[in-house]
Amino acid sequence: MAKVMEGLYYSESHEWVRVEGNEGTIGITDYAQNALGNVVYVDLPEVDDEVEAGEEFGAVESVKAASDLYAPVSGTVIEVNEALENAPELVNQDAYENWIIKVELSDKAELEQLMDSKTYEEFCTK
Amino acid sequence: MVTEQELEKKEKRTCLYDKHVALGALISPFGGFEMPIQYAGIALEHKAVREKVGVFDVSHMGEVTVRGKDAERYIQYIFTNDIADAPIGKIYYGMMCQEDGGTVDDLLVYKMGEGDFFLVINAANIDKDWAWMQQHAEGFEVDLQNVSDFYGQIAVQGPESEYVMETVLGIPCSELLFYTVKTIGDVIVSRTGYTGEDGFEIYASVDYIRSCWDKLIEAGVQPCGLGCRDTLRFEVGLPLYGDELTEEISPIMAGLGIFVKLDKTDFIGREALLQQKTEGVAKKLVGIELADKAIPRHGYVVLKDGQPIGEVTTGYHTLSSDKSVCMALIDSKWAALGTVVFIQIRKKVFEGRVVKKKFYEKHYKK
Repeated sequence: MAKVMEGLYYSESHEWVRVEGNEGTIGITDYAQNALGNVVYVDLPEVDDEVEAGEEFGAVESVKAASDLYAPVSGTVIEVNEALENAPELVNQDAYENWIIKVELSDKAELEQLMDSKTYEEFCTK
Repeated sequence: MVTEQELEKKEKRTCLYDKHVALGALISPFGGFEMPIQYAGIALEHKAVREKVGVFDVSHMGEVTVRGKDAERYIQYIFTNDIADAPIGKIYYGMMCQEDGGTVDDLLVYKMGEGDFFLVINAANIDKDWAWMQQHAEGFEVDLQNVSDFYGQIAVQGPESEYVMETVLGIPCSELLFYTVKTIGDVIVSRTGYTGEDGFEIYASVDYIRSCWDKLIEAGVQPCGLGCRDTLRFEVGLPLYGDELTEEISPIMAGLGIFVKLDKTDFIGREALLQQKTEGVAKKLVGIELADKAIPRHGYVVLKDGQPIGEVTTGYHTLSSDKSVCMALIDSKWAALGTVVFIQIRKKVFEGRVVKKKFYEKHYKK
């Protein structure tokens, strides 16, 4: 059973956001890392890139395929997790600890479109 | 609502499908079949085959028997390799080509007896090949049978495969040489595979294949899916039909000229292939190694001076060498070893250089 963390917002494409003030930390869920298998590369955006809710901002590659990452919220990238450049497997080890990017949120109202942990848990078992 | 058309398109299942489900395999469509992609993970299964032994369900592969007075002459006509005066039990790899040299399929030809051959073809091409073979049988006294639905097939691959074949399955095979076949009753056993390791393939009735599978799994042999079958064959530079060989990619373009015997009797495509060999080809299959970890995938564009010069056919971050590498079909002008080329991966462009399209050494037992 995939792990779901309370207090985060979730997208249907299996990304999560943790919100602190106006800052959103984004990663992929445990369900996603499990479905991907061994992650061997994370294609990160650059700081100051603009990301838009629902749009692709990077990719996670497993041995078998590349999967696009979709921004659950819009904003400006303020930090990327550079540790993933040399150790992409961290995403498999703990998908919630090893975030992918941090953004300055441009529209907090977008969070209402996302799922809470309970709804996401149900979404994954469908 | 499911239409009749959609029902017809539905993937077939092999005789081991229920066993894959029970083992918790990830299952995806491949070549018209619902096939296991992985069980424990591609990396783990890949390693099992390189270091110990693994078993694959390859029952999706097609089989055709060719028998009769003209069987040898007929195969010589549709097949690029030369099977003239072959000893019984020998196996040949080669292609069936179109008149223009494009590849219909790559296949194995097993010589089972005089005037008796067993052909192994790709699952996705069974219907096409079968039509092609019948279409070109005119004027030959041959009996062709598509026996794809009858045969189940498993591949036991890896350095410990001989031991497992003998002790777990009770099939003596230490005397079986690389690319030879023998039969034990109705069971066909060959020392072949698609992993670059020593290994065997067994073709038999559904019941026999199911019992072999159970014995191997019970003995702790790692079940392996098509995911690692692809990483294993890719690393040692073996082509996959649909990627490195297509109706547009001839064996000469793919660098498989040693399986095209231009000096034998006439065969379909000979003239075009001879011309490609003597005059050169516009595009060639090469290996490319990237400096970065980004992974070039099938269909990604290869660039030189900002201009497209070809496309990636297969690419991986290899499990054995921790490098991002690919095979790509590019303009021959840039195919020399060491040439710097670029690959567009999503929004970015990565530098690479042309290398040999073999990223890991084969370990056959010859």
